[in-house]
Amino acid sequence: MNATVARLTGKALFGGRRALLLLTLSVILVALAVLLRLSIGVDHQVSADFLGAVALGTMVPLFGLIVGTGVIGPEIDDGSIIYLLAKPVPRPSIVLSKLAVAVVATIVFATVPTFLAGVIMSGLSSGVALGFAVAALVASLAYSAIFLLLAVVTRHAVVYGLAYALIWESLIGGFVPGARTLSVQQWALSVAERIAEPGLVSSDVRLAVAGVLLAAVTILATWYAGQRLRVLKLAGEE
Amino acid sequence: MPAHPDSAPAGVIHDIGYRHYDGDRLGRAAITRALFWHSLRGAYGLGRSARSKILPMSLFAIMCIPAFIIAVIANVGALNLSDLPLPYERYVITTQGVLTIFLAAQAPQSVSRDLRFKTVPLYFSRPLERVDYIGAKFAAMSAAMFILIGVPLLIMYIGALLAEFSVVTHSREVAVALLGAAVFAIVLSGIGLLIASMTPRRGFGVAAIITVLALSYGAVTSLQGILRYAQNDPTAAGWLGLFSPVTLVDGFQMWVFDTTSSAVAPPPGTVGGIGFVLVTFVLIGACWGLLNLRYRKVSI
Repeated sequence: MNATVARLTGKALFGGRRALLLLTLSVILVALAVLLRLSIGVDHQVSADFLGAVALGTMVPLFGLIVGTGVIGPEIDDGSIIYLLAKPVPRPSIVLSKLAVAVVATIVFATVPTFLAGVIMSGLSSGVALGFAVAALVASLAYSAIFLLLAVVTRHAVVYGLAYALIWESLIGGFVPGARTLSVQQWALSVAERIAEPGLVSSDVRLAVAGVLLAAVTILATWYAGQRLRVLKLAGEE
Repeated sequence: MPAHPDSAPAGVIHDIGYRHYDGDRLGRAAITRALFWHSLRGAYGLGRSARSKILPMSLFAIMCIPAFIIAVIANVGALNLSDLPLPYERYVITTQGVLTIFLAAQAPQSVSRDLRFKTVPLYFSRPLERVDYIGAKFAAMSAAMFILIGVPLLIMYIGALLAEFSVVTHSREVAVALLGAAVFAIVLSGIGLLIASMTPRRGFGVAAIITVLALSYGAVTSLQGILRYAQNDPTAAGWLGLFSPVTLVDGFQMWVFDTTSSAVAPPPGTVGGIGFVLVTFVLIGACWGLLNLRYRKVSI
């Protein structure tokens, strides 16, 4: 960890229009929750379905994608990363600092709104709010790490990340059950399944497997991003 | 019209003394056409590096594979099908994720880079007008999206003809679906270009387009599901379809062309149908108007 790198990354991430966009999305999620609560009342199953599809299924991957690539992508894109790499800071430590900022950002913009939406829709008793908040937390961690790695590996990180999030998790995962075992979303759902009241949430992966996979993916992606940053080649604009 | 050196018009081929030019001086229309072709080819990576071809071409392949599989299934004699397993007009919504990614990747490629490398002022220092630039970019993006949707539809159509399904029915159905595809292409391109023209950063444009399209689709379908099945309120669920471009155009083609709807809840009744059509046209017009407004000033 390097405090200066983290501070500068945080400034870049929270300073521009990106933060505004993310904040708008968080507000939309909470507003939708208020709307559902007002029109339907308390229905734990509806809350669980809504949070599963919108918060965990769409929003958390998008946030992980925008934030995970946003902490390092623009710098690689405009070449200014070279000034950072020229400093005597270990590359893995750069990755770790940037990942820390990304995780904080996803917690602020995705986990907290998910928790709020859950509390608004079904209170604390059913465990839906807490379950999805924790699920969103672990998913944000894994997504941030994966997409940070992608941003180091390729300039088209956002697009490939999307292809994973939309095509693999939604489209292929919808038809091929086996693909669901290898999906961050399902791993996170298994966490929610454990915390929420039984029957509300269902996941295709057992919690133990999901936990191991989540930890393994996060750690491996972070480690490999550090390795890739050591041999980063600055390519010109295509 | 060949120009003579002594009576050279104040054209835009600047004679700075190295080499004279006596050929035709093509005007606005030619520039617009050239920009259109350049943008359309660019959307598929043609004329660009091999690395920029990978993504659009693989997305194109991903779009075609399911259509090809459908065409093959239709021809398997053992199944004895009398129609395609998936109607043409539902192909778009089934593959909307791929379309969204293509748009998000290629719309910023088309306009954000012009902003980033400051080529827009160079374009506007030619006889090209603002409308021409926007028109060319809009038409090129729409054409690219139309090809992306249309080719798979044609593959399915050929499959249906080979399987000796009714030629008349299928010709009519595919024509209608292609018209619907054109509306999809125009609406999506308008939204994508408008967002992309706001930022010179490609990455930011990609993220913003995806967020708007994917989140609106995800939220709308999930809310529609809840309202329709948990609340038993198909009317309200139908109206919700207005808030996502994909479900909006799906409702449009369902009402105008009388096709089957793929959304969770179709637009409610005649009023709903007219509403969807109106909103679709307003949306296209708004994108066009806002793009014109946006390019009054070159910088952000």
